[in-house]
Amino acid sequence: MNCVAVADAAALCCVTKLYGSHRALDEVDLQIGRGELVALLGPNGAGKTTAVKLMLGLLKPDEGTVEVFGCNPREPRNRQRTGTMLQVGRVPETLRAREYLDLFSSYYPHPLPMAEIVAAANLQGLENRLFGQLSGGQKQRVLFGLAICGDPDLLFLDEPTVGLDVQARRALWKQIRAVRAGGKSILLTTHYLEEADALADRIVVLHHGRVIANGTPAEIKRNSTLEDAFLTLTGNEGEL
Amino acid sequence: MTSAIYLKEAKYEFLMRLRVKAFSVSVIGFPLLFYVLFGILMNQSWGPIRMSTYLLATYGVFGVAGVSLFGFGVGLAIERGMGWLELKQASPMPPPAYFFAKLVCCIVFSIALIVLMLALGLSFGHAQISPLAMLQLFGILMAGALPFGALGLLLGYLLPASSAPSFVNMIFLPMSFCSGLWMPLEFLPKTVRAIAPFLPTYHLSQIAIAVVRGDHNNSALSHWEALAAFTLFFLGLAVLLQRRDATRQNSVA
Repeated sequence: MNCVAVADAAALCCVTKLYGSHRALDEVDLQIGRGELVALLGPNGAGKTTAVKLMLGLLKPDEGTVEVFGCNPREPRNRQRTGTMLQVGRVPETLRAREYLDLFSSYYPHPLPMAEIVAAANLQGLENRLFGQLSGGQKQRVLFGLAICGDPDLLFLDEPTVGLDVQARRALWKQIRAVRAGGKSILLTTHYLEEADALADRIVVLHHGRVIANGTPAEIKRNSTLEDAFLTLTGNEGEL
Repeated sequence: MTSAIYLKEAKYEFLMRLRVKAFSVSVIGFPLLFYVLFGILMNQSWGPIRMSTYLLATYGVFGVAGVSLFGFGVGLAIERGMGWLELKQASPMPPPAYFFAKLVCCIVFSIALIVLMLALGLSFGHAQISPLAMLQLFGILMAGALPFGALGLLLGYLLPASSAPSFVNMIFLPMSFCSGLWMPLEFLPKTVRAIAPFLPTYHLSQIAIAVVRGDHNNSALSHWEALAAFTLFFLGLAVLLQRRDATRQNSVA
C-alpha cells in the first residue's frame, strides 16, 4: 500500500468510495505512471467511471487519497494539464465541431493549433458541421478532440469507444496510440479485453469495486483462469 | 487570458441558444407575437391609455421573465442532467464562466426583445411613451429580470432534463396569467387578484405599468423590495440544491 504518488501522473491510494451502503470502490490502489497508458478493464458497474471521476476531482473518496501530479485533483493547475473524455448523454447540438474545439482550447494555457487538433482527432472536413449533424463515431471524435486540444500531460478516456462499430473503434485506437506516442500519461477505461490488450502498457482489472489483477497485457492474458473469469463476467467479448 | 475564456464562453452560449429555434422562437417570438396581436392589431384604448402602450410593460415583463427562466432553467437542467456540465467541471474552465455566459446570453436576448417590441409599438401601434419612460422601462425590465434568473437557476437544479421545458412552462404560463401580464388584472377574477402579490411577475409588472402610464408610483419601493426578497429566496434555494447536487454526485452512481 506504499504510495509513491509524486512519481506518478495520477494515483488512487487505498481508496474506498461508497454510494450509500454499496462499495463502488473497495480499497483500490491504482497508479498511472508518467508516460504510461493504463487500461482499467472491467464489466459495467465494476467502478471504472467512479475511479475516473475521483481522479478528476468530481467525486471525493470516503477513504484513502487521490492525487494528480502529487496534489489535489481539484487544483486548477492540474486541470490545465488534464484532458477528459467522459460518457456524455447529450451534448448541446447547435455548435459546430470547430467552435467546440475553439472553446475548449481557450481553457488551456498552451493549446494545440486548430489544424493539429483536427488532424489528431480525424475531423478533417467535419469542422463546420453542427454537433447534432454528426454520426455517433464522429461525435466521439469531437469529444476526443476536446480531451486533447489543450495538449494535456494526462488524459482520461472513459469508455471512449463504447457504441462504436469495429471500424470506428480501430480508427480511434490509432488516434489514442498517436497521443500515447507523444509521451502522455493515459488512463483508459473499457470493458473490451481486446481493446485493453491492443493499447495498454498495463491492465488493471476491476471487478465489484476491487482490483483483481494488475499487469502487462501478456501477464494478464497468460493468467488463463483470470481470462476465463473475466469472459464470464463480461459475457459478450465475442463481438470483436 | 481568463477574461478571454469568459467572453468566448458567452459568445458560444449565445450562438448555441440562437441556433436552437425552439428557444429563440419561444422566448422572442411568442412575446412579440402576442404584443402584435393584442397591442397592435387589437389596439383599443383602455381609459386614457392605448393597449399598445400598456402592453409594452406587461409583455416586456413576460418576455424578460421567459428569457431568464428558459435560458437559465432549461439550459442548466439539460446540461446538468445529460453529463455535459460534468465534462465542463472536469475541464479547466473557471466555474463562474459557465454562469457568466448564461447571464450575458439572457441579457442580449432580453435587450433584443425589448428593442424589437418598442420598435413595433412605436412604428405600427402608435404607442405613446416618452424617451425618458422608454429608458426607464428598459432599465426596470433588465434589473427586474434578476429574480427570474434566480428562479431559473433553482429550477435548473431541481428539474429532470427530459421534462424541464414542460415544467418551466407549467410554472411560467400560469404565473404570467395570474399577474395580469396577458390581460389587465382588473379584468381578472377576485381570487386571481388575491394570488397575484405572491408572484414576482406581478411586482415587476406593477412597476413597469406605472412607468408607461406616466403615473407617479408610490408603491414602487415596496415592489422592488418584494423582487429583491424573491431573488434572495430563489438564489438561497438554488445554492442549497446545488450543494445537494454535489453531495448526490458523491452518493449515486
